[in-house]
Order: sequence, then structure tokens, then C-alpha cells
Amino acid sequence: MKTHLFHPHNELSSKQWVKDFSLGFKHGLPIFLGYIPVAFTFGLIAVRGGLPVGVALLISLTNLTSAGQFAGTNLLISGATLFEITITTLVINIRYLLMSLSLSQKMAPSIPLTQRCLMAFGITDETFSVASLEKQEITFAYMLGLITGPYWGWGLGTALGGLICSVLPSSLQDSVGITLYAMFIALLIPQVKRTQAAFIVAFVAISVSSGFTWLPYLNRISEGWSIIMATVIACLIGAAFFPREDV
Amino acid sequence: MVRTLLAVCFMAFVSYLPRVLPMAFMQKRIQSRFLRSFLYYVPFAVLGAMTFPRILYSTGNFYSSLLGMSVALILAFLDKGLMTVTVSALISVYLFQLLVP
Repeated sequence: MKTHLFHPHNELSSKQWVKDFSLGFKHGLPIFLGYIPVAFTFGLIAVRGGLPVGVALLISLTNLTSAGQFAGTNLLISGATLFEITITTLVINIRYLLMSLSLSQKMAPSIPLTQRCLMAFGITDETFSVASLEKQEITFAYMLGLITGPYWGWGLGTALGGLICSVLPSSLQDSVGITLYAMFIALLIPQVKRTQAAFIVAFVAISVSSGFTWLPYLNRISEGWSIIMATVIACLIGAAFFPREDV
Repeated sequence: MVRTLLAVCFMAFVSYLPRVLPMAFMQKRIQSRFLRSFLYYVPFAVLGAMTFPRILYSTGNFYSSLLGMSVALILAFLDKGLMTVTVSALISVYLFQLLVP
């Protein structure tokens, strides 16, 4: 049954396709809303830094990363070399390797390569978190639905930020900084509340990332590497002490 | 402009590469129980590491960030949905910044 899901000629399958897509789209709506203010800020920064609105939009629609494109664009504006820009962006984005690998285990092995390449483009911190906490196996239609809203929210926010520039009062501009983090909390807490192992893994990750932020010497490590190391250490401890029977 | 467009291309490339490689080439199920457990825990670890302590610097004001974080923690603990948690945290931070100079 599962292998026939993506053949629209089959009436039953196309119904399933629409159902999966709609579910994904619905799950993507909070991300869509969360992205608009963040992308707005990006558009603002990029255009204030001297980039045309079109370029800011192009960056958002081809990069689709928050931290990575903020850092890369900052360097671009400040006149860094192409090498510096590329390496910094890559380092911040290396964490996607882990997310993509984790997600690859949550979908049917039969999903074809082209669909995998399409889905991969839409992996962000937020879409990954939502998709990987889904109870069921991830389908192509679900991922496509999940990605659609956030993708256009990211683009729309960037365009608005670039065009309107400074209409938003600065207190509101500052406040929106909390939205994506609040969303991360909303995703994480219900999970760690129920599973002790997940709680400990998250706690270790938080402790390590705090160390990389506040301890002398360690705080010289970039944000991208700090997230990667915190993740690897916490997951090693999780896998060593709480191996899963059912995954 | 050429430099800008080249930079955009390179940035796009290094943003896509780490996302597509594992998903495109890991088509099989990993057999190792240790590795599967490791990958199972990735979302919890990533969410934790991304959120804290960066959330404390997210609004430019430590106290409003702390308030927003507390509101989000309490509502998330009560199993409120994503939208409720997110919007409530945003409103609390906004009101704080508005009322406390």
C-alpha cells in the first residue's frame, strides 16, 4: 500500500496524498507565522546594509536558513571574502547533517531520490523538529505540506522587511526575537515531560551549550559548533545509557 | 554585484549540501541499535541546545527574555499548542518592553 502512495492515478492514493499534504500544511502554519517576523528582521538588516530587496529575497528563497543566512549576509555586507562567507555559513549549517540523517530514518526507504532531494531543501530547525516528533512515518506529501507555508512565510517576511524597512516600532522588533525560541520550548517540553531519557538528553545538551556560551576559553567556539557538540555529546549519553528498543 | 551573487550561490550551496547528503544517500534503515538510539535523541538535544541559553539574549533585554521564556515554559508544560505558547510569549515580552522602560 505504502509504495503506491504517490501515484495520483490511483484514486485512493491521491486522497491519501491530499490528506498527508493538508496535515503537513496545518503543522507548518505556526512555523509560517513565526518566520514572518524573523524574515522581516532579515530583510530589514539586509536592505539597511545596502543590499537590494531582490537580493535579500533571493537569499531567503535559496538559503532558507535563519542563523546561516544572517551570518553570511552580515559578512557579505561587511566586505568579508567569499571564502569567509562560505565557510562561516557552512559551519553554522553543519547541524543539518544530523537532522537530515535523523529524518532519513523516519521515512519509508522506498521514497525515490528526487523526492528526497526536494524534501531535503525544506529542512530547517523548525520543520525538522515538527517532522521528527511526528508519531507516524514521514511521507513526501506530508513534508511538502509542512515546508510550503514556512517557505513562503520566509520569503514574504523578507520582502516586507526589505520594502517597509522601519515602519515597525523597535519595541515590537525586539519582542519578535522570542517567537522561534518559544516555539522550540513548545515542541520540547511536552516531550521531555513524559520521557525521562529525553529529559536527560535535553538537559545535557542545554548544559553543554551553556558551557560553550559562558565558560572562559570554551566561549570562543562559534554558535554552529556549540550546537553540534552539545547535540553529539547529549545523544551519545542518551544512546549509551538509554538505548531504545523500538526505534 | 557579481561578488554578491557569487556569495548568494555559495551560501545556498553550503546550506543545501548538509541537508541533502544524508537524506539522499541513507536510504536504508540503520541497523545498529546504538546509532538508531543516537539519532532518535537528536531532536531533543538540538532543541535544547538551540534554545538555551540563546533565548536569554533573544529580545535584547535579559529580563523580558526571562519573562518570555517563563511564560513559554509554563504554557508548554500545560500542553498548550504551538501557537498559544508562541503568541503568549511574544505578547508578554512586548508588554514588558512597553511598560518597563
